[in-house]
Amino acid sequence: MAYVIGVLFASAVYMMLRRSIVKLVIGLMILSNAANLLIFTVSGMTRGSPPLIPEGLTEPAGVVADPLPQALVLTAIVIAFGVLAFAVVLIHRAYEVVGTDDLDKMKDTDT
Amino acid sequence: MLFAVFSGFVLAALTPWLIGLVKDRIGWLLALLPLGLTFYFVSHIPAVSNGEVILQSWDWMPGLDINLSFMLDGLSLMFALLISFIGTFILIYAGSYLRGHRYLGRFYVTMLCFMASMLGVVLSDNLISLFVFWELTSITSYLLIGFNHEDKDARKCALQGLLVTVGGGLALMAGLIMLGMAGGSFELSEILNSDNDLLTSSFTVGMILCILAGTFTKSAQFPFHFWLPNAMAAPTPVSAYLHSATMVKAGVYLMARLNPGLGEHPLWTALLCSAGAVTMVLGAYLAYSATGVKKVLAYSTIMALGTLTMLIGIGTDHAMIAFATFLLAHSLYKGALFMIAGILDHETGTKDLTVMGGLRSAMPITAVAATVAGLSLAGMPPLFGFVAKEALFEAVLGAPWQGAVLIVAAVASAILVIAVAGAIAVKPFWGALGNTPKKPHEAPIGMLLGPIVLAFTSLLFGVVLYAPDTLLVAAAVTSVKGAPVDFYLSLWHGVNWPLILSIGSVVAGVTLYLLWNANRRILIKVNGAVSRFGPEAGYFKMMDGFVGIANWHTRVLQNGVMGNYMIVLVMTTVILTGYTLLSQHGFYLALNLSDMNFYEGAIALLLTIAAIYVILTRSRLGAVATLGVLGFSVALIFILFSAPDLGITQVLVETLTVILLVLVLFKLPGFSHYSTRFEIWRDGTVAVFFGVLMTLLVHAAIDVRYFESISSYFVQASYPDAQGRNIVNVILVDFRALDTLGELFVLAIAALGVFSMLNLRAEVKKS
Repeated sequence: MAYVIGVLFASAVYMMLRRSIVKLVIGLMILSNAANLLIFTVSGMTRGSPPLIPEGLTEPAGVVADPLPQALVLTAIVIAFGVLAFAVVLIHRAYEVVGTDDLDKMKDTDT
Repeated sequence: MLFAVFSGFVLAALTPWLIGLVKDRIGWLLALLPLGLTFYFVSHIPAVSNGEVILQSWDWMPGLDINLSFMLDGLSLMFALLISFIGTFILIYAGSYLRGHRYLGRFYVTMLCFMASMLGVVLSDNLISLFVFWELTSITSYLLIGFNHEDKDARKCALQGLLVTVGGGLALMAGLIMLGMAGGSFELSEILNSDNDLLTSSFTVGMILCILAGTFTKSAQFPFHFWLPNAMAAPTPVSAYLHSATMVKAGVYLMARLNPGLGEHPLWTALLCSAGAVTMVLGAYLAYSATGVKKVLAYSTIMALGTLTMLIGIGTDHAMIAFATFLLAHSLYKGALFMIAGILDHETGTKDLTVMGGLRSAMPITAVAATVAGLSLAGMPPLFGFVAKEALFEAVLGAPWQGAVLIVAAVASAILVIAVAGAIAVKPFWGALGNTPKKPHEAPIGMLLGPIVLAFTSLLFGVVLYAPDTLLVAAAVTSVKGAPVDFYLSLWHGVNWPLILSIGSVVAGVTLYLLWNANRRILIKVNGAVSRFGPEAGYFKMMDGFVGIANWHTRVLQNGVMGNYMIVLVMTTVILTGYTLLSQHGFYLALNLSDMNFYEGAIALLLTIAAIYVILTRSRLGAVATLGVLGFSVALIFILFSAPDLGITQVLVETLTVILLVLVLFKLPGFSHYSTRFEIWRDGTVAVFFGVLMTLLVHAAIDVRYFESISSYFVQASYPDAQGRNIVNVILVDFRALDTLGELFVLAIAALGVFSMLNLRAEVKKS
């Protein structure tokens, strides 16, 4: 899994370094997926034992997956979506106003 | 004493209101405060001259050893008296000088704040609070020099003064902290009175250098003297108060204060004596060569500051007596002379001494005050200045370090100062009537009061030597020396070396004064040639250098190319994190396929292929579809590895994302191809580096666990405390409910942003 994460990060960074603004957004999306996977992976991966408490018990029976990183990732997924929605509309608007999708041409503060 | 210091700030806050109430009389009203403070400090004279040291302390930040603690001994008392006594007349004087000025209120606010900070400097016992007050004086000084802020030169000079003094202040802070560490306490009274290894500690030399950097810049010692004449861009009351009588003496004060602790160190002696002597002669020479009345006084102030520094450096009993006497004498006559300079400027319309002359009939009272103050500056009997000069000669005659050089320096500067005194106190008032822009007439009473009182105090102290001697000087000498010293001051010591030197310097000085006009041309030529190599030229070079570096820096780092920012950020992360990782953990890669199910491997492969395909594809639809594959694969991973909630959320979000992208992206242009081959390689390398780093990081992170996870608490407490069976949900909505609320806010704001951007477009189109 570590290699997959590495590939994801590498392609995210590469996409974000492109001058096309659309590619920037795509890079951002890959980056957020990669980051989520990173947190999820380093907390240790457990198969088939979700952090649920069965009926009638006050604590889960046996070892369960770590619930804390899951809560963090859950938050991150939702926030990433918020950021993405904002970014997509922002670049759309910027493209309309500036008239280019080349990041290097968006250097002036007053266009 | 807390109230003595802070009353100034309080009154400053009230000033805007008071000025509406009493209008033009504001100076007289505000002067009541320093007058009251003068009486307050006078009331302490009997106790302090008996050797008592008054300590008071209020907690400020006790955990950090920072207290508002105050100490009143001979030295602080002398300074505090000078500040409040001269302050009284300056405030009155300023009322007339700036009558009807648009920003009179602003002026008084800053002036009162300055006075309070200055009292804070000389009364503080705690090093940190001393430093705070010290910096406050720099800031208020900046505001006052730049008071005529519409004038470009004034702003420039103010900035110069600020940069030099605050730069020194920074060093001073380091020095004071070292002093506190070496002395074992941050209270001056404890540092100076206890046995500690101030002189033998490992950072004694650094400490002395840092502290002196602060005091030399503040007190305009060579090579930092150049800011003081430029500070004369300030209104005259400011120059009279800050840049002659008080603020520039803060550095001298601190050196005197620390002398009992550090005075024995050879570096201290050498630096103080040499810088002081050079400054003294240089100041006297420049004063003689200047023609603007305020510049002349500014340079002679530099000379006085140099003298005081040198005297502290000499450090003998006689030097300490001379220090205290000279300090008192200088503040009195220089305050008076500055105010007279202001009168001359105000009533004749020019600052140039070469065009002034014959003003004694138009301004008789000013002429008398100027003569008295000038005689004190020149060191003529029976004025207090004479006593000071005799003490100075006595001190250099007994100097243990480079005595001969110091004698020559002292006599040379005394000669020059006598000529300067003539130029300032005789030339404008005698001889033929000068051709001044304004028709001269006598100044109003508010402006005359200060010079008269200060000049005649000089006379009074000279005649009734008993008063300053026992009341002020003795106690101050005791605190500078660290032990009581037996002495008495007198006008007549009999015929001895100091007297002979005095008489000689008077003769030479008068001759020089008579040549004042004749020497102008040569002096201007010499100074013009030398100034190109002076420290001020260095200052300007340094400022240009700063701007150059900033420009270069901006060009390279802040060039508006997003890709460059990213590369710098990513590579910094790679290098810093990578270095730490490799040095702490080593290079470690493992590929363990045995523990992996077939379908897991398939998903991982799918993810990898998707990520690479996104990079290579030129079709937007293909990219979006691949992103969908990527997102759903991640969701599958979540589900496979015991995180059903994550899986559900990911599927939802991914669906929404794809819809959003399809809706919006297709309004944007297709993938354009901007990059050159070099850029592709460069970015590819950076990306690969980052990917490798993250891979290593994941490996390292799985291996290492420094702390016990807090998750077990949530697992155990979930049902008993929160009545929930889905632990992840319980964490989100119960244990970390506030975080989730914050997340909701973020989403709401993002939604608002999206909404407003879409709406904004509609409006733009309409208009």
